[in-house]
Amino acid sequence: MSHGGFFEVPSDLQNTWWGLVSWQLQLTLVPVLCGLVIALPIALLCRRFGWIYPPVLGVATVFYAVPSLALFVFLIDWFGESDLTVEIPLTLYTLVVLVPAIVDGMRSVSAETRAAAEAMGFGTLRRYVQVELPIAVPAVFAGLRVATVSSVSLVSVGMLIGNEGALGNLLSDALNYHRPLLAWDAVISIAVIGVLLDALLVLARRLLTPWARKATAK
Amino acid sequence: MIVIDAVTKRYPDGTTAVDRLTLEIPDGSITVLVGLSGCGKTTTLRMINRMVEPTEGRILLDGADVREAPVNALRRSMGYVIQHAGLFPHRTVIDNIATVPRLLGWDKHRARERARELMERVGLDASFAGRYPYQLSGGQQQRVGVARALAADPPVLLMDEPFSAVDPIVRKGLQDELLRIQADLGKTVVFVTHDIDEAIKLGDMVAVLREGGRLAQYAPPARLLSAPADAFVEDFLGVDRGIRHLSFFGTEGLELTAEPIVTEDATAEQVRAATLPEIPYVLVTDAEGRPRGWADALDRATGGDGELLPYGHAFTVGRDSLRAALDAAVLSPTGWAVAVDEQGRAVGVAAQEAVAAAIRSAHTAGVLR
Amino acid sequence: MNIFGFAQQFFDAPGRWSGADGIPTRLLEHVQYSALALLIALVIALPVGLVTGHTGRGGNALAVLATAARALPSFGLLVLLTILMGLGLTPVMVPLVALAVPPILVTTYEAMRGVDPSLVDAARGMGLPWWRVLGQVELPVALPLILSGIRSGAIQIVSTATIAAYVSFGGLGRYIVDGLSQVDYAKVVGGAVLVAALALATLGFFWLLGRVLVSPGVRRSR
Repeated sequence: MSHGGFFEVPSDLQNTWWGLVSWQLQLTLVPVLCGLVIALPIALLCRRFGWIYPPVLGVATVFYAVPSLALFVFLIDWFGESDLTVEIPLTLYTLVVLVPAIVDGMRSVSAETRAAAEAMGFGTLRRYVQVELPIAVPAVFAGLRVATVSSVSLVSVGMLIGNEGALGNLLSDALNYHRPLLAWDAVISIAVIGVLLDALLVLARRLLTPWARKATAK
Repeated sequence: MIVIDAVTKRYPDGTTAVDRLTLEIPDGSITVLVGLSGCGKTTTLRMINRMVEPTEGRILLDGADVREAPVNALRRSMGYVIQHAGLFPHRTVIDNIATVPRLLGWDKHRARERARELMERVGLDASFAGRYPYQLSGGQQQRVGVARALAADPPVLLMDEPFSAVDPIVRKGLQDELLRIQADLGKTVVFVTHDIDEAIKLGDMVAVLREGGRLAQYAPPARLLSAPADAFVEDFLGVDRGIRHLSFFGTEGLELTAEPIVTEDATAEQVRAATLPEIPYVLVTDAEGRPRGWADALDRATGGDGELLPYGHAFTVGRDSLRAALDAAVLSPTGWAVAVDEQGRAVGVAAQEAVAAAIRSAHTAGVLR
Repeated sequence: MNIFGFAQQFFDAPGRWSGADGIPTRLLEHVQYSALALLIALVIALPVGLVTGHTGRGGNALAVLATAARALPSFGLLVLLTILMGLGLTPVMVPLVALAVPPILVTTYEAMRGVDPSLVDAARGMGLPWWRVLGQVELPVALPLILSGIRSGAIQIVSTATIAAYVSFGGLGRYIVDGLSQVDYAKVVGGAVLVAALALATLGFFWLLGRVLVSPGVRRSR
């Protein structure tokens, strides 16, 4: 084969296949983790002050609707063609998925459990953090799975704004040099990373919520 | 008549919900299936409209096997009421009620006209017509549920624990309403409940089912109370069977004394004349004759104006049962029960002894209801 | 210059509102591709979701399918199919449809499963045939959730149709892709603004659709 094997990356990308994979992971996981860290306090606030939840939900829906490419473009103005330009919109998407997932998960805690916690003398914040949040873990993970898998896929769009797409950068070479193998490489690698991250999240949820194992086994 | 003929329902996992059950359900009356959870009462009901198909045996409706009719035509000929009413949240009250008539091809106008008629019958104000189910209380939803079941005027009404999810006071209202409607319409009602008191109150016939879907006893409620078939039925009926049995004896034969009743403005002379040797009290009524309370006869006769003793509650002659009369007598501090007519006017009083005598003679006469 | 300046520069440019590269043409192209993709996705996903939800079978298979479909990178798929099949409608439609099918399928299934079983029981008990139970009881009650699934599919399609410009396709993405290669930042921002506006309009359209189609009895009881 004249153009090298599956794991051979064209020299103009100045990277190895493993380098692209780790870049892809970084562009995916940094936003998801940041999103999670920011989503928790916002969700707690929404839980504590119920009236801010509907407007927050409205803003989230609007943000989710704005295409990633448009957001990338707006951010070039501030951050240039850098990792941050890709990571910030993905963080926003994660937030938009996670905040409702956490709030709805916490709200779904049964009134009996809530009353029992109150009767045992849990304060409001302590009840949220020690009772409702753990019970909401499966819902949080459902949100995390959606956010993570979508992010893995969206990162490749970053290619359009100055080769900021990690494995997605293979796509421009694939098209420019008409090398389908590079496109196969990008699609398969990204899909496999997505599936693996999803599987890891499922595993993590099982470890974190031993009480829910029976219910999910069904 | 609905005949349940040696019907068995076994599920693939081996559990038997109903075991060789045979029942004859008479036309124009309420038959109650009662039992603990898991006794197969709901399964039995659902086999009548083929929501569940029996494993063995057959169910006859007016002599024909229910499996012969097309299933949906069969169901449309039977009203069906369930626990939480199962109203369609996306349809207004009136359109919910009109569901089956519309299904039967009635035009919209006629179906709605019929629905309005039924709202009145079940005691729902016409202003509810355009409301959605979420705007109704549980009791109102259940009324709509009953109206919906009656909409196409089906000869049979199947009711699966229709009143168990509403609170006791509302439930009592719904039960009274059902009895009133039934007195007018005379449907063949099959009613499932786990509440034995509800069964006794509503049923013309009561079938007590035991675990595993076997029939423990099938009898009119009075008979159930006076002669339970076995220890299971006796235990299921609970305490105070004797007292509850009295509900089925009328007060027509109860001996009343009209003497010791005076109006508020009675003179000392009139009080003296009304006083009986065996009772040191007189019943004081208002000008219309409605009882107000007991007064010390001696005190009143000497012009005293002492406080009235409460009389508890009165019983209505001809309508209330001996149970109500006995309760009134036991509750009254004087030991005498106050009898009133339909207008609430005191017509006499009865001593505990008189109630006891009436119970004894009812037993010897074997009068049931 | 900030993005507002760029945007203004874009919209004020001569010839912007007419011709083959004018906003009306590009907008129409974008809406056409998106509508076609959504229609195909609906034809595939809606019946399957409704029937599996009604019968309650196949939920696990759907969940696996949805996860797998979500992991497929639409942009990568678009480029790959274009290389393999050449420029055409199919390489664009496949990723767009693949993107919208999972949310529609999964939410429709979940929405149908979420319908209070006592409603279905009452409907069957009154003698409604299964297709009336599905169409007249389950569907209207599940509609708000089903619409939200379709909405999220539609929004992802509108969003991703932008990227189709990269493989020489029309639509609003044309401005972004051309602008980036011509280093015409005003064009890039203008395109992004239009795409964002179209996405929000889609959101608004579905909100309106909900107002019209969903019974007040269902809307208010949630």
